[in-house]
Amino acid sequence: MGELLILAGAVVGLYVVWQLFYTDVTAAREQQEVLETLDWAYTGEIEAEEPGDAAEPAGPLVIADADKQSPDTAPVMEEPEFRTTFATLYVPRWGTDYVKPISEGVTRREVLDVLGIGHYPGTGMPGELGNFAISAHRTTYGKPFNRIAELEHGDALVVQTQEAWYVYRVTDDSIVLPHQVEVIAPVPGQPGAAPDGHYITLTTCHPMFSAAERFIVHGELEYWAPVGDAVPAEILEEVSQP
Amino acid sequence: MIFPWVWRVLPGPAWVRLVILLLVITAVVGVLFQWVFPWFSVTFDIQETNVEAAP
Repeated sequence: MGELLILAGAVVGLYVVWQLFYTDVTAAREQQEVLETLDWAYTGEIEAEEPGDAAEPAGPLVIADADKQSPDTAPVMEEPEFRTTFATLYVPRWGTDYVKPISEGVTRREVLDVLGIGHYPGTGMPGELGNFAISAHRTTYGKPFNRIAELEHGDALVVQTQEAWYVYRVTDDSIVLPHQVEVIAPVPGQPGAAPDGHYITLTTCHPMFSAAERFIVHGELEYWAPVGDAVPAEILEEVSQP
Repeated sequence: MIFPWVWRVLPGPAWVRLVILLLVITAVVGVLFQWVFPWFSVTFDIQETNVEAAP
């Protein structure tokens, strides 16, 4: 009997090691590999130039104000097939090196546990009139949304697809219960209402290491620009890191 | 007792038994990490991040 308890203890201990450490290692590697297969995704220099570093080659071109397009004219891609990676997310608040792939679907085994950020099927696509709703782990499995609580109102959330850059700004955050699906409605908080804006919604678990509640961040589209030589100034923005 | 019994039924000299034991432990941990733990985590909703309609 005592030996069985020792074995059971070892298995429980192994589970903790697996959940807290091993999933992070494998999922982070998987997500990096996915990113490298996207030949259109911008993974180049996303660190601001050092001031007075004139000898160094200049950083990437920045999208000029004149090239920033109104949300009303934003191109909207078709919803891709389940598990297809169709966009990348840049969040300067989480470091200038933060870039994660976004894939279709929000099931654990197929998308969130391996590919990282998932897009709620049936919600808007990037730039669409409505609500582009995405979900990801806050702890374990590469934890794409680990630092969601640090986001402040006005922070940039930048989405890139093969065609365009979309720059969203955080408008509000909240903590809700898991069944409150109205947060991903076309108009957040008003299920059934006709879409009146270009929203983005991030959902993840709350508190950390628990599944009791959900941490929600909403944002609105500020501008979009076609993918070209230039990148949005926002992703070069150096936000002081804790 | 289980541990002494396992040691008895394994064939060969001590070092062969040790190698066999290590291989078996590695295989068991592999199966747990690859299939059992992912199944457990998903089935019992540990680390859930989505909002969804109440069942």
